[in-house]
Amino acid sequence: MIAHAIFFYIFAFVAIVAAIMVTVSKNTVHSVFFLILDFISVSCLFIMIGAEFLGMMMLIVYVGAVAVLFLFVVMMLNVAQQNNQLINLNKNFTHIPVGLIISLIIFFELIIVIGGWKFKPDLVTSVSLLIDQNNTNTHSIGQVLYTDYIHVFQLSGMILLVAMIGAIVLTFRHRSGLKRQSYFKQISRERIDAVELIDTESNKGVKIDD
Amino acid sequence: MIDIGLGHYLTLGAIIFTIGIVGIFLNRKNVIVILMSIELILLAVNINLVSFSIFLNDLTGQIFTLFILTVAAAEAAIGLAIIVVYYRNSGTIRVEEIDKLKG
Repeated sequence: MIAHAIFFYIFAFVAIVAAIMVTVSKNTVHSVFFLILDFISVSCLFIMIGAEFLGMMMLIVYVGAVAVLFLFVVMMLNVAQQNNQLINLNKNFTHIPVGLIISLIIFFELIIVIGGWKFKPDLVTSVSLLIDQNNTNTHSIGQVLYTDYIHVFQLSGMILLVAMIGAIVLTFRHRSGLKRQSYFKQISRERIDAVELIDTESNKGVKIDD
Repeated sequence: MIDIGLGHYLTLGAIIFTIGIVGIFLNRKNVIVILMSIELILLAVNINLVSFSIFLNDLTGQIFTLFILTVAAAEAAIGLAIIVVYYRNSGTIRVEEIDKLKG
């Protein structure tokens, strides 16, 4: 129990500090690295409390794909060395107190929700999918995901497909000077466009206008 | 303090969520940091769902977290594509210079 507490506090501290550093660090590349650190520590927390599959999935999806995507874009756009000031005092900074007040209100609302949960523990008693302790985490998720939630699963696949097509369509650039293969032109080309039959008289030949 | 329960995880989720909101509000830098703050917010939501799922002994939260992961990946891809296109067209992605809509 005490080891659990110690590891929880270590990972939670690292996660919170990394989250703060994501928002305040001046270099965007450093923000991406702190985002990676945040994801890693939270996935360690997930593995620690018994959601191993999700922890590993967080590592693969977030650290392996999303964070690398962020890094690619940051490197590509050359914004890493921009003058990144968190608070620009020359401009009007009325948004800062408003943002802080709204964030504090949201934080206290979340804390109030947790308190209400503590005082009324029988608020939600309907457990719909009991975790079977004999199976592993991955096994039980797989048993449910491909049977009860198959439609939602396929819908999330459609979401990924639409996102992929959208990203390609958005970033696709048509260069005008380039010679490209046009399938439509190739297929719709007919014989009459290419070949011409000419009756030639003997001893005269055909005059080719060139 | 020693006995780690549901409240600890929910508090961690609340703190990370609030840091994400602060990051969106106080940002004067490029838009990429705002996208990262959105990722932080989704991460906090995932923490809440997984901890409820474990402590209530109900698997539904973990299933839902998987779908949130999917949507977060799709959202990051689309958002970064939009940022690349905007940078290509206007040469900047600083938040205070993006004012074409006059908002």
